[in-house]
Amino acid sequence: MEFSELIRTGQAQAELLRGPEMPPLRGTLCVTGHHLLLSPGPQATPDLWLLLLRSVDSIEKRVAGDAGTITLRCKDLRVLQLDIEGVEATLDIARSIEALSSLESVITSFPFFYRPKGLRLGESWHFHPPERYYKRVARETRAWRLSEANEDFSLCPSYPRAVIVPRAVDDDALARSAHFRQGGRFPVLSYYHAPSGTVLLRSSQPLTGPQKRRCAEDEELLQAVLAGARPGSRGFIVDTRSAQAAKQARMTGGGTEAKSAYPGWKRLHRPLERGRPLQESFVHLVEACGDLEQSMDRWLSRLDGCRWLSHVKEALSTACLAAQGMEWEGACILVHGAEGTDSTLLVTSLAQLILDPLSRTMAGFQELIEREWIQAGHPFQLRCAHSAFSHTRPKHEAPIFLLFLDCVWQLGRQFPLSLEFGEGMLLALFDHSYASSFGTFLCNSEKERCLCEVRTRTHSLWSGLNQPKEQRKLRNPLYAPNPLAIWPSVEPQSLQLWQGLFLRWTHPPEPSEVAWEKVWQIATDQEKTEGSQPTDSASEPQP
Amino acid sequence: MVKYEELYCFSFNPKLDREEREQGWMLIDLSEEYKRMGLPNNYWQLSDVNRDYRVCDSYPTQLYVPKSATAPIIVGSSKFRSRRRFPALSYYYKDNHVSICRSSQPLSGFSARCLEDEQMLQAIRKASPGSDFIYVVDTRPKLNAMANRAAGKGYENEDNYSNIKFQFIGIENIHVMRNSLQKMLEVCELKSPSMSDFLWGLENSGWLRHIKAIMDAGIFIAKAVSEEGASVLVHCSDGWDRTAQVCSVASLLLDPHYRTLKGFMVLIEKDWISFGHKFNHRYGNLDGDPREISPVIDQFIECVWQLMEQFPCAFEFNERFLIHIQHHIYSCQFGNFLCNSQKERQELKIQERTYSLWAHLWKNRGDYLNPLFRDDSSQTQGTLRLPTPPCNFMYKFWSGMYNRFEKGLQPRQSVTDYLMAVKEETQQLEEELEALEERLERIQKVQLNRTQVKSKQSEPSKHSGFSTSDNSTANTPQDYSGNMKSFPSRSPSQGDEDSALILTQDNLKSSDPDLSANSDQESGVEDLSCRSPSGGECAPGEDSGKDRDSDEAVFLTA
Repeated sequence: MEFSELIRTGQAQAELLRGPEMPPLRGTLCVTGHHLLLSPGPQATPDLWLLLLRSVDSIEKRVAGDAGTITLRCKDLRVLQLDIEGVEATLDIARSIEALSSLESVITSFPFFYRPKGLRLGESWHFHPPERYYKRVARETRAWRLSEANEDFSLCPSYPRAVIVPRAVDDDALARSAHFRQGGRFPVLSYYHAPSGTVLLRSSQPLTGPQKRRCAEDEELLQAVLAGARPGSRGFIVDTRSAQAAKQARMTGGGTEAKSAYPGWKRLHRPLERGRPLQESFVHLVEACGDLEQSMDRWLSRLDGCRWLSHVKEALSTACLAAQGMEWEGACILVHGAEGTDSTLLVTSLAQLILDPLSRTMAGFQELIEREWIQAGHPFQLRCAHSAFSHTRPKHEAPIFLLFLDCVWQLGRQFPLSLEFGEGMLLALFDHSYASSFGTFLCNSEKERCLCEVRTRTHSLWSGLNQPKEQRKLRNPLYAPNPLAIWPSVEPQSLQLWQGLFLRWTHPPEPSEVAWEKVWQIATDQEKTEGSQPTDSASEPQP
Repeated sequence: MVKYEELYCFSFNPKLDREEREQGWMLIDLSEEYKRMGLPNNYWQLSDVNRDYRVCDSYPTQLYVPKSATAPIIVGSSKFRSRRRFPALSYYYKDNHVSICRSSQPLSGFSARCLEDEQMLQAIRKASPGSDFIYVVDTRPKLNAMANRAAGKGYENEDNYSNIKFQFIGIENIHVMRNSLQKMLEVCELKSPSMSDFLWGLENSGWLRHIKAIMDAGIFIAKAVSEEGASVLVHCSDGWDRTAQVCSVASLLLDPHYRTLKGFMVLIEKDWISFGHKFNHRYGNLDGDPREISPVIDQFIECVWQLMEQFPCAFEFNERFLIHIQHHIYSCQFGNFLCNSQKERQELKIQERTYSLWAHLWKNRGDYLNPLFRDDSSQTQGTLRLPTPPCNFMYKFWSGMYNRFEKGLQPRQSVTDYLMAVKEETQQLEEELEALEERLERIQKVQLNRTQVKSKQSEPSKHSGFSTSDNSTANTPQDYSGNMKSFPSRSPSQGDEDSALILTQDNLKSSDPDLSANSDQESGVEDLSCRSPSGGECAPGEDSGKDRDSDEAVFLTA
């Protein structure tokens, strides 16, 4: 076993500090292949403290005298401090954590070893969203079909095996369109909006290049989309890059749809931040949130300077624009940026939450994430390799998924009764996307997940989250189904810093926890009385 | 020049008889409040030195002072204080037998002394036998206080007073605050600002920095009183603006009673109305000097809101209560906030000629309850403990106040209203259940045959009504294209005016300010609008029609 080579020391005596509000823990510290354990002495509570090594983002060691201190900054933004007896032990433990937390191999990661009680392997992996979702679409319209042209991932390595495409377009045409799109991501159906009979599509950029190449099949595909919708339907292409950036992409073989080649379609540019600038924005925000000494004015300018809330505003505005186009203009919408695996998914998934009441339920939201993020090929392994504390230069990291969760939180704040899941669900998704015992967020695409046999060898996060004991944490007790679209305000006055995430570990959680308890109590009181009502009236005396 | 008699409260007639009006004025009784604090006792007594406002015309007649402070000491001290506002008790913390006292600045200049004033402070210290010093907190920036010395005013010299610890806490003066609010309101009124425009403007206004300064002062005093067991004397210049803010914030932090509906009314009555906060000047009820106008109590009310955000279960009342109080400070519909002092109010016979806001709020208290209030929880009992080090994140922009007329900016569904409706319904169901059970018991006892016990028919309809929510406002999209069009749900009548300050004539006339979500005062369970409070101003159909056009334009221009 390779782990044993990386573990420099068995154990040491240590004290763990977990922030200002939590009492320190003393005990025996122990590094295993996947975890850091602290086992308190017999006099203390019997609870074992456990940290998944994968969740360590950065590690800092300091020695003084015959003791050492290790500061662990975790991917969930927690900061932990370990005071360890013995210089040698400190250095050994630090080296072990460093080595083990940065292992790249997927199949030796913890989800492949995690076997919790009460869950069966293979459970909840039965989600096959394209197929399942297609059934929903097929009930409404005959214009679309499920294509298995990508069965062996040869058309597009980042798409799932099955995708939903216009019925009028055959698999050969799809192959040619795939050839014309970056990474093979040809336009596929993301969401069918039944009330207006319009669709939301996503793809990657067309490979027009400097010669302004065209592809007849790609053009036909988009033509077929309009033909399948209501007569006279228009289409809008929401490009998540600026017009300038889209133009520049031609130099490197990319580009954007030429107006003349796609009659009926109109292009809109809504630049969204991505990649390194977004990662830096995240890093700066977390830095600012960790600085408790700054003055009030400095706080506001730092909040402004890191631009995170601007990104939230832009993402929500673009999603609203796409949703509005479908709901009010009766238009079909195609969203893409460059690769079509990041800001594209952000926009399509948010637009669905705004429009589709089903996606606001617990099950629907899980399906949305599975379908629009995981199966749609958001490269989680690359994007979430490091969080905001890492010292290594970011390569592919970007908190796009976190930005999505933040936008959902903003929706939930403005429509507190319309989402079936609560803040706890969003926090859990953030934590698990960066480090998890479950296999759901492993790898970058369906293809990789198949190769690693993720579905058969790891547990699904959904089976973990859907256990009854988790519900109180994850559900919104105020939920009442809302059949309408929810249009958020995107004015700066209406958007707030997500304190529950960014200040989760620095802020005393007690007041809000007590409030949450009370909300649950009021909600369950009502259920109880409601539940007792019919039985009592039924037990009226019988003749 | 407007006369008091021309103000709305002198013609406002809510159809109450004389007795009801008098009872309304008796709802909040300060002598009861001092009794609640445990006064009088061995150390503190009610003084009649200010009978007929003989010593200080901006103070109330009923004042608590240390027993050892004789009338000559008080009178002597008053002559050494601006506007003769001598040190008097604001709050007594009986757990530690210490007090928060308030006054104006001493007329110390560069070297003046006053024996009686020194004796007065000594008397305050002696009234808390457990502590060998008192804090004297000057809430002004040090520079301002020093500048005052040149005008023969200033601050206490630690050498002259035995056993005081002197402390500056820099809160800016009314002019700075007025400008700051003005700047912040300008930011609120920007058309489709970017995030940077907004955050930069908010920072530049300095508003949240000022709120924090007031809170910091309140926290300092609350800690001194509850943790160090030391009495505190607070003053600023005249002792009716910053002093009132800071004393009331500290009291609110210390005493859970002030976090209840009635207790909060008492607090405003005590620290603001009775101690002569100049409502007339600060809120410009009569056309006065514009340089006297300043949002002093607004800031206090915002401090309370900031605390409510931090401690969602600690307050018996909700945000709407604060907004309505703030509204009526400006509305002149009730007599409470008229004039600059108790004396003026007495001369005008306010209580005989106008109605009390407190009675009105109390009558409608159902609208103002916080469903999350828990008087059993540890965080709501005793002193509210704020995190140390004090962090800036807790101070947020209060869009529910400063953008309250722009419904589109507010959350479209109200948790408070929903929970209140749920609670009410639960209670009703429980009552019905109880009634049914009683009936059942009776029936079984008498063993009546074939008696039909009809369960109330209203049940099912009520239920189905309750679970289908009215989302008319939720379904109002906005302009997401970032063009220059103004906000759709902003009705023209509330357009560009200084909406937080100036109320339109319509607002003044309506007996109930339709400020926030309670367009329906009798929000029963059947009433669905409580789910998703629609202000009731803009019909959704109309609005969406408007929007449709605008969107088309947007899409075409894009």
